[in-house]
Amino acid sequence: MEKGKGVMGSGRRWAVDFSDNSTAPSSRDIPDPLGFNRASVDQDDSTVSRQKKDAESNWKAQKAWEVAQAPFKNLLMMGFMMWMAGNTVHLFSIGITFSALWQPISALQGVGKVFEPYKDSKVELLGPKLLFIALNLGGLALGVWKLNTLGLLPTHASDWVSSLPPAQEVEYSGGGIPL
Amino acid sequence: MAIRSFFVPFLLLVLWFYSSLSPVLSLYEDQVGLMDWHQQYIGKVKQAVFSTQKTGRRRVIVSTEENVIASLDLRHGEIFWRHLLGSNDVIDGIDIGLGKYVITLSSGGSILRSWNLPDGQMVWESFLQGPKHSKSLLLLPTNLKIEKDNVIVVFSNDRLHAVSCIDGEVLWKKDFETESFETQQVIQPPGSDLIYVVGFAASSQFEMYQINARNGELLKHESAIFSSGFLRELSLVSSETVVALDSTGSILLTISFQNGEISFQQTPISNIVEDSSGPAVIIPSSVPGIFAIKINSVTIFIRVIGKGKLEVVEKLNQETAVSNALPISESQQAFALVQHAGSEIHLVAKLAHDWDANLLKESIKMDQQRGIPHKVFINNYIRTDRSHGFRLLIVMEDHSLLLLQQGAIVWSREDGLASIIDVTASELPVERDGVSVAKVEHNLFEWLKGHMLKLKGTLMLASPEDVAAIQSMRLKSSEKSKMARDHNGFRKLLIVLTRAGKLFALHTGDGHIVWSHLLHKSEACQSPVGLNLYQWQVPHHHALDENPSVLVISRCGPSSDAPGVLSFVDTYTGKELNSLSLDHAVVQVIPLPHTDSTEQRLHLLIDSDKHAHLYPKTSEALGIFKREFSNIYWYSVEDHNSIIKGHALKCKCTGEVADEFCFDARDLWSVVFPSESEKITATVTRKLNEMVHTQAKVMADQDVMYKYISRNLLFVATVAPKGSGEIGSVTPEESWLVAYLIDIVTGRILYRVTHHGAQGPVHAVFSENWVVYHFFNLRAHRYEMSVIEIYDQSRADNKDVWKLVLGKHNLTSRISLFSRPEVITKSQSYFFTHSVKAIAVTSTAKGITSKQLLIGTIGDQVLALDKRFLDPRRSVNPTQAEKEEGIIPLTDSLPIIPQSYVTHALRVEGLRGIITVPAKLESTTLVFAHGVDLFFTQLAPSRTYDSLTEDFSYALLLITIVALVAAIFVTWRLSERKELQDKWR
Repeated sequence: MEKGKGVMGSGRRWAVDFSDNSTAPSSRDIPDPLGFNRASVDQDDSTVSRQKKDAESNWKAQKAWEVAQAPFKNLLMMGFMMWMAGNTVHLFSIGITFSALWQPISALQGVGKVFEPYKDSKVELLGPKLLFIALNLGGLALGVWKLNTLGLLPTHASDWVSSLPPAQEVEYSGGGIPL
Repeated sequence: MAIRSFFVPFLLLVLWFYSSLSPVLSLYEDQVGLMDWHQQYIGKVKQAVFSTQKTGRRRVIVSTEENVIASLDLRHGEIFWRHLLGSNDVIDGIDIGLGKYVITLSSGGSILRSWNLPDGQMVWESFLQGPKHSKSLLLLPTNLKIEKDNVIVVFSNDRLHAVSCIDGEVLWKKDFETESFETQQVIQPPGSDLIYVVGFAASSQFEMYQINARNGELLKHESAIFSSGFLRELSLVSSETVVALDSTGSILLTISFQNGEISFQQTPISNIVEDSSGPAVIIPSSVPGIFAIKINSVTIFIRVIGKGKLEVVEKLNQETAVSNALPISESQQAFALVQHAGSEIHLVAKLAHDWDANLLKESIKMDQQRGIPHKVFINNYIRTDRSHGFRLLIVMEDHSLLLLQQGAIVWSREDGLASIIDVTASELPVERDGVSVAKVEHNLFEWLKGHMLKLKGTLMLASPEDVAAIQSMRLKSSEKSKMARDHNGFRKLLIVLTRAGKLFALHTGDGHIVWSHLLHKSEACQSPVGLNLYQWQVPHHHALDENPSVLVISRCGPSSDAPGVLSFVDTYTGKELNSLSLDHAVVQVIPLPHTDSTEQRLHLLIDSDKHAHLYPKTSEALGIFKREFSNIYWYSVEDHNSIIKGHALKCKCTGEVADEFCFDARDLWSVVFPSESEKITATVTRKLNEMVHTQAKVMADQDVMYKYISRNLLFVATVAPKGSGEIGSVTPEESWLVAYLIDIVTGRILYRVTHHGAQGPVHAVFSENWVVYHFFNLRAHRYEMSVIEIYDQSRADNKDVWKLVLGKHNLTSRISLFSRPEVITKSQSYFFTHSVKAIAVTSTAKGITSKQLLIGTIGDQVLALDKRFLDPRRSVNPTQAEKEEGIIPLTDSLPIIPQSYVTHALRVEGLRGIITVPAKLESTTLVFAHGVDLFFTQLAPSRTYDSLTEDFSYALLLITIVALVAAIFVTWRLSERKELQDKWR
């Protein structure tokens, strides 16, 4: 462009500019075609795209929150199942408890992946992520609590002394009825 | 969710089902004899009567010192039938009447019974009473009949009875008025209607009664006085002559009472026997014309040649046994002599009237371990050439019974095993090349055939014959009786000490005798009496090259202060390694919890003067002992005056001879029970080798209780002196039982409980932190079993989890018993149906497996009862949590589940003791019950959780694995193909 100007200035009669300037705001002194108001088009176009973007990011954020809240349902379900399983140690209750422990852990491992689709420069994912993590930790806590109620956690003194050998005695005595 | 909601109650149901199922030990029929064995014995034979009629099987009827009457097969020595009479029903005499009844006189001559000879059914029983206790004599005259009825003449309880042989009715009876008359012999001269009763009154009066055998009428009564008195023993030389000794044992008196006239003939022994020294003893025999006396160890046979003239016919220096006379023809009577000479025994059969001619003279090689012959019984048979053949039944020193015929031992029975005093277990050698003794290898074809049969069995293709073959293969598997250690520790040696002083090693696999050893006699000790067995050396780890050995404590004579003898016997070979004749008595033996570098256990022997002697007498042992010197105590129970005393070691003996291994003791404490109200009946401690896994007991609510586990705890039961008699002899108000738990180091009484209206006998067992005891409740008229559990309250505060996690507690540090323990006890009582002969508890290698009580019932069976039934925490309505813990709702009596009889259909006649030995496999314990019979089995109180059971289907496992591998392969191929097709699409 700079060059063209210079050429024109130096006496070149005409030039065809193939570059498409439709989007860029015109900087040349050629008047716009009649009925064309550059200012309005420019403004309109940018508004639409901006609106679209806003909607998408809103949606993403909303989705992210939804995803973040999903473990809550899971939590309720787990709670119900644990209640169903009872407090005795058997195959079913152990299975439920371990699934209750495993689910949050695997979910926590895949936090990044879960929120990947909603990654956006405009979307703030920290909140949902924190909620997600918190809820999963809650689930984990529930699992641990269940484990404890089942008596599978060594939280009692009895768990630590159950295999203590008897104390040795210093003195020794024997004897009995004479042979 | 619907499925789950169904699933949960279902699972709970299954769980409940499992928890309510007590581990029943029942066997399937084809498992009998697989792990257990049973051996039948009769004991040392006292008297034997042959029954060798032409018809029927030849048999010998014996009565034994274990109170058994048995009919033995004369060909093989097997038992046809056998009856064990009670211990207060001692057999006094047996005989065969009319050729088809066995007549026994027992219970001090007050019970006369008749048994059917072929099958041992009792025909009749009569009770014979009399004014006072006396010697009991049984006589079956062959041809004395009263109204066509054969007569049994019985002298018992100072009264003469004539009893009908057919129905046991007393035909007549006769009392003897003379004060202090002691009958020695009842004589019925054959072919006459007279009965002579001879004996002594006071000490110097000889009495003779002549009685009419038909009606018991007294015909004549004569007495004569011999001023220097008699020894209480008579030998019958003819139907009207007896021989006695004067009170000094130096003059022989020939007493004849022909035609009712008593005449004495004195012959000083020195007149007929040169170089006779010491008093003589008459050997009871009934050989006509001949009697035997014993001076020191020399047996002298003397013949009576008319009118009281005596003549020595033979002097035998060896140990000799003489049989009774056996009529072999109208006028001839034979008898047998058995002499012991080194490794041989000499048998001689002679005619009574002709000493020089031998009917039989044989020498038989005899196992040295059988000792000397004690008794001999003779029987004859007619050979094909019409000459007389003789068979001899001999009883040896080790109580074994042998039948000898034609110079060979036809059969032998190890009846010493009927009287076991002590048992201990020993390991077998480790399997190494050349160590194994048993032949295991057989040819390849046999091996293949066996495996084919087994395969057929598992695939259910076996015919009934095959099944029988498989069963016999299982029963006789050579694996079972191999002479090497097995991985599970099921194969061991049971070392048993019998009353005869013989050690036997029995293999636990099938009960065969691996070796036997008669206790060594030394110059210092002619007749050692075996007392106890201890494990002397149990090598493991670093001392594996040494053979294990046991210590046998015996005593030189019957009195309690006779010097002791220690014998050390190698348990692999049965050789006596060493024998020590001690110069002190052995009153108590205390195995100490210390071993020296060769794994010899230190033992403290207490003598009658309360000196403690340390064995082995090595400086190393002394060093170890000195280190622990101040911590070693001992206690003694004086049950006759109801005192328990505790002692501590003081210093070296202050005797005239310096002995570094001898220590003086001082009295530390004593518990004196009031003798007018309490008498000690039972004392029990824990078994020394018992393993306890943990000191904590966890409750259902995660709470923890600490068991008070102490090796130094003694359970003592005392009863009221009035109530120490038989059950029912006192009223409930007069009788009580007091149970104590006493610390035997400090003498502190930790617990005391009184059961009012209770009576002994008390049987108790102590294990871990609990005692179970059995007694009779006079008020409820039932037996009761009580349990006491003892817990340490001072440890109960150890509840801080962090301290426990970091190990900052002192629960396992060594404690002193002088620090006052705070204990609490829990106890409970239950009714129990049976009276009990013995109680034991199962013991396992690590003590993890739950325990079972083994109860020897009055029916001579062993019942396994879960310890869970004797848990003081049982309540009528246990909570859910308690139920989960396995607490059974409380019932008033303990259940007897028929399937939990360990002995299943068998009986251990005369059961005396039950011993449990842990196997290497934690779940399993070995049980040995002994009495007149022996029984051995394996038990798994919580089932075999650590190994696959015998009926585990290996075939199914194999088929499953193969099917799975095939399925993996097929699906892999299918998936490959599908993937390829997908790619081409």
